[in-house]
Amino acid sequence: MDLLKFITAGSVDDGKSTLIGRLLYDTDSVLDDQLEAIQRANRKNNDGTIDLAILTDGLKAEREQGITIDVAYKYFQTEKRKFIIADAPGHIQYTRNMVTGASNADLAIILIDARKGVIEQTRRHSFLVSLLAIPNVLVCVNKMDMVDYDKAVFDKIKTDYELLTGNLNIGQIDYIPVSALKGDNIVVQSPNIPWYDGQSLLGFLETVTINHHLTDKQQARFPVQWVIRPQTAELHDYRGYAGRVIGGSFKVGDRVVALPSGFSSSIKKIELSSEELSVAENGASVTIHLAEDIDISRGDMLVKEDEQPEVSQLFEADICWMDTKPLDFSHMYLLQHHGKTTKVKVQDVIYRINVDTLEKASSDHFGLNDIGQIQFKSADSLAFDNYASNKANGGAILIDSRNNLTVAALMITKSE
Amino acid sequence: MDYLDQLEAEAIYILREVAGQFEKPALLFSGGKDSITLVHLAEKAFRPGKFPFPLVHIDTGHNFPETIAFRDELIAKLGEELIVGYVQDSIDAGKVIEQKGKNASRNALQTVTLLDTIAAHGFDACIGGARRDEEKARAKERIFSVRDEFGQWDPKRQRPELWSVYNGRIHKGENVRVFPISNWTELDVWNYIRRENIKLPSIYFSHERDVITRNGQLMAAAVHLNIDHEDVVEYRKVRFRTVGDMTCTAAVLSDAYHIDDIIDEIRLSKISERGARMDDKVSEAAMEDRKKGGYF
Repeated sequence: MDLLKFITAGSVDDGKSTLIGRLLYDTDSVLDDQLEAIQRANRKNNDGTIDLAILTDGLKAEREQGITIDVAYKYFQTEKRKFIIADAPGHIQYTRNMVTGASNADLAIILIDARKGVIEQTRRHSFLVSLLAIPNVLVCVNKMDMVDYDKAVFDKIKTDYELLTGNLNIGQIDYIPVSALKGDNIVVQSPNIPWYDGQSLLGFLETVTINHHLTDKQQARFPVQWVIRPQTAELHDYRGYAGRVIGGSFKVGDRVVALPSGFSSSIKKIELSSEELSVAENGASVTIHLAEDIDISRGDMLVKEDEQPEVSQLFEADICWMDTKPLDFSHMYLLQHHGKTTKVKVQDVIYRINVDTLEKASSDHFGLNDIGQIQFKSADSLAFDNYASNKANGGAILIDSRNNLTVAALMITKSE
Repeated sequence: MDYLDQLEAEAIYILREVAGQFEKPALLFSGGKDSITLVHLAEKAFRPGKFPFPLVHIDTGHNFPETIAFRDELIAKLGEELIVGYVQDSIDAGKVIEQKGKNASRNALQTVTLLDTIAAHGFDACIGGARRDEEKARAKERIFSVRDEFGQWDPKRQRPELWSVYNGRIHKGENVRVFPISNWTELDVWNYIRRENIKLPSIYFSHERDVITRNGQLMAAAVHLNIDHEDVVEYRKVRFRTVGDMTCTAAVLSDAYHIDDIIDEIRLSKISERGARMDDKVSEAAMEDRKKGGYF
């Protein structure tokens, strides 16, 4: 059984909480004591059915202060697949929340209110989906019951959305007409929408191909997290490089190069605990042994000799600013790129983008939720790939060393 | 990759990040299935080397004897260091006051012992077995969750956590709680325990014992429960779904003796795991409030 991670984009007004609540409820993922707690809270819809939105309700701190705390994770499974939903609520801090939730998503559900059609918010959400390189988008046209299940409404939204995303880089887009409130096309195909012959939302989620075309083309990358050296009498010479494959795969005998030093060797052994493996697949946490003793420590990366990434101190990145304190050009921030941390400074602001109009402007102010492209210079060389071709080796964060907060997300694009 | 392989690889990655990023980490070990699973994952992450952290147990003094026996056997087999913080010591030192009455529990007191133990040893990271599917406060907590110098969790000031980049930078006196199995569900843990053939304390499996009914829940008839003439002691076939302190962990009637039966039982169960925890029933925000105070 495999695992699909998806994010839901939309506001409370679009019925997002109801949609998630409906998915959990109709897949029998809500247990009796949780239902009982909902019934105690006694929130009902106008027609007397329980308000499913409460299933995604926030913390006491959020309810009391009327704020939203970025991402909540929800888990459910069916016979066919396991699912993790990253539910990113909120209006004001939406960009930051959605970028956080989207960073690990395989698919994004974009909710559109059938009565309102494609609006500014839809454009913003879709832009973020393309910025974070989520390969699959599912457009759920919700509240179909409020427009008499009219096919013309659905078709118009589909046409508008295709137009909107024409310039965005999104791999695969699918469309489903639903009513989360009434349960239409959520788990089973709705008799109210006979003109739609595609799958229900759940049916789609269970069967959609998780977009692996990127993974197949990825080059092999192995950032070293930790060096295992027992230094006991019987394991005197044992030296294993512990880490996780974040692209491609490695097998015993492969010629590899350690970056940034550039020393080369070949893989002698791959193991996980006491188990010996012939191949380390993408995503696997393993321990690698090399034929020669070369100097490798945490933050270094093993790559195949004939598949080398960019190694540079200069690079450009799409950036999303996530802190209330704006970007300070005089400050040297810390950049964390998997196990490696190095100082960076802003070399040049290439542009800032207006996420509502997608217009680029030259601006030197990056405040909370601002997005743009910046050129950086780092103290140590980084071994990276373009974010679009390898998220794990192209994604990084900025940390403000004065307060240790994570202040920005970086999607590295290229070096100059 | 199968989902259990994905979850395993993610947890090992997180454990190794702890080793790489912190000076003095610790693994919080309760003797429950989640922390036993963590120990198994730590073996995968660091063997044949030693763990780069000790195991830390906060002992309320009201543990199931089976859990303590299991803990000691496991430690002996692992050859790793165990540090025990005793709630009794906090009581004796006058730092906390023992609750009185029938529903008295030391569950709330252990937060003080935990924070004292962290401070005494200077731990900068504490690895825990909490999962996001357990409870809605946990659903919003980070994998690297920063606690201030008072041990408090502030849900409003959490750092954004993107991709697999975990920011563990802290100021002196702060610590980070790390949850490597955040993305696992109860069923995932059991399926993994079955696949890896991980040994568990006997109380997870069906057995016969004396129980009493308190507040609608079956509780082990232990001396810590202040049993009096009003309590009816019955001999029933039960098992425990979570293992905490005897005063706050309820049993379920069960014939499930083999792990396959337990997995079937959980699949069919309509009550969530924490439904058998008295500590969560106090109020809707019980877990959130305890976490803010420094709880696991």
